[in-house]
Amino acid sequence: MSELYPVAVTVNGIQVAREIEPRMLLSDFLRHELNLTGTHVGCEHGSCGACTVLLDGEAVRSCILFAVQVDGQSVTTVEGLSADPNRLHPLQVAFQEKHGLQCGYCTPGFLLTLAPFLAENPAPSEAEVREVLSGNICRCTGYQNIVDAALLAAEMLRSEKGG
Amino acid sequence: MKPAPFAYFAPRTLPEALSLIAEHGDAGKLIAGGQSLAPTMNFRLAQPAALVDLNRVPELAFLENDGRGGLRIGAMTRHRTLERSVLAAQRAPLLHAAMPYIAHVQIRNRGTIGGSLAHADPAAELPAVMVALGARFKLVSVRGERWVAAADFYQGLFTTALEPDEILTEVAVPAAAPRSGWAFHEIARRHGDYAIVGVAATVQLDAAGALDDVKLVYLSVGEGPTEAQQAAASLHGQAPTPARIAEAARLAAHADIEPLADIHATAGYRRHLIEVLGQRALSEACARAGAAA
Ligand SMILES: Cc1cc2nc3c(=O)[nH]c(=O)nc-3n(C[C@H](O)[C@H](O)[C@H](O)COP(=O)(O)OP(=O)(O)OC[C@H]3O[C@@H](n4cnc5c(N)ncnc54)[C@H](O)[C@@H]3O)c2cc1C
Ligand code: FES
Ligand code: FES
Repeated sequence: MSELYPVAVTVNGIQVAREIEPRMLLSDFLRHELNLTGTHVGCEHGSCGACTVLLDGEAVRSCILFAVQVDGQSVTTVEGLSADPNRLHPLQVAFQEKHGLQCGYCTPGFLLTLAPFLAENPAPSEAEVREVLSGNICRCTGYQNIVDAALLAAEMLRSEKGG
Repeated sequence: MKPAPFAYFAPRTLPEALSLIAEHGDAGKLIAGGQSLAPTMNFRLAQPAALVDLNRVPELAFLENDGRGGLRIGAMTRHRTLERSVLAAQRAPLLHAAMPYIAHVQIRNRGTIGGSLAHADPAAELPAVMVALGARFKLVSVRGERWVAAADFYQGLFTTALEPDEILTEVAVPAAAPRSGWAFHEIARRHGDYAIVGVAATVQLDAAGALDDVKLVYLSVGEGPTEAQQAAASLHGQAPTPARIAEAARLAAHADIEPLADIHATAGYRRHLIEVLGQRALSEACARAGAAA
């Protein structure tokens, strides 16, 4: 074991501090140090998108970031997607409604890719949705229902905002 | 799929980063976005003893007007920053147009211009774009600094002019000349995948409407960004007629470039794409430069 480095990160709004090896991937930090196992690991080399989380609000792949690198920054995982722990986020409701998941392994990555995308582009076209999801692999659904869920979520978020 | 142990340094200034990389030399590595380096470390294809992280060096992250109609781009500028930049769209439309072809949004949020140029993947978009734009790179070390033209920077497969103690700190993109045009095209199996073949073109017309500068630079067809020189020379001093453009694209595919087969495409399919994409890119670039059809 090599030297340990201190790291302090805000994860889902909660400040956490640990001493870790610099080679610890952010995905392993979340799963093994913080027991936030909603972040899934598919390929561990940046290809599948399952491990997508938000770093200071932007979607990134946690398997190709070292946890020491995010010292002082803020991370959001699927556990923190909904502001209210007793209610699903509209994206999650839409995925349920449209059968946007089967085994669910890829789902957290899809949700966290879509959340900042819909905040920036509240009324996307189907082509734009397909493009932003191009870096996330799903082995079950065939994508059609995921795209439908994303478009439904956009609609739900728009009417939530519009009141 | 876990990296080997390494020591980690997060310098706050460029001089600090320069002395760290000079000290750790061959055994150390710079990390920028980590979007190419971290996967190779996870595979243990790379096992650097020390990582010098450039993410906390604010003086490397800038995107600004150079005062002469061109752009100065700091090495730590994220792909996504350029993709969203109005300034980049105005000053370097070819560069701006190529950005969405680079990987996927999660990777563009993190990956950097400097990292992509220094990594020198033959399938990467940015090296070819920078050669087509005639960009220059600033390389700095504790020993001093120098500027290298993009075309001289690329020296072979994943090989560049960078010495082990040098940091690429800045990219200078010159202003577009009057009556110039550009185009970018690529074919990939899926949006965001590395290209099977891609091409960046820039052209410039003289007062009489003849071509006096043409660059046709391919990616994914050789060991690095690949200029189709005979194709470009065939157009020099000529009016850009459809027949001459078609002949230039044919030269690119049959005289300039000897594409190879891999798991993604046969050599024959690549050759076909070199010709088709070259023809499209040249026609589009000439139209943007205002050539009479
Ligand atoms: C799934 C996937 C798909 C991708 N698809 C594409 C694609 O289609 N097209 C494409 O172009 N790229 C693609 N990439 C790569 C991505 O664009 C990277 O961002 C880029 O190649 C490297 O940039 P980086 O900042 O992440 O560099 P890093 O990974 O941090 O570094 C790469 C190399 O450059 C060196 N380096 C970094 N910065 C400097 C500097 N300033 N000076 C000197 N040396 C430096 C490092 O030491 C390292 O050797 C893909 C990556 C992944 C994971
Ligand atoms: S697990 Fe991170 S991209 Fe596949
Ligand atoms: S639902 Fe099973 S991989 Fe996507």
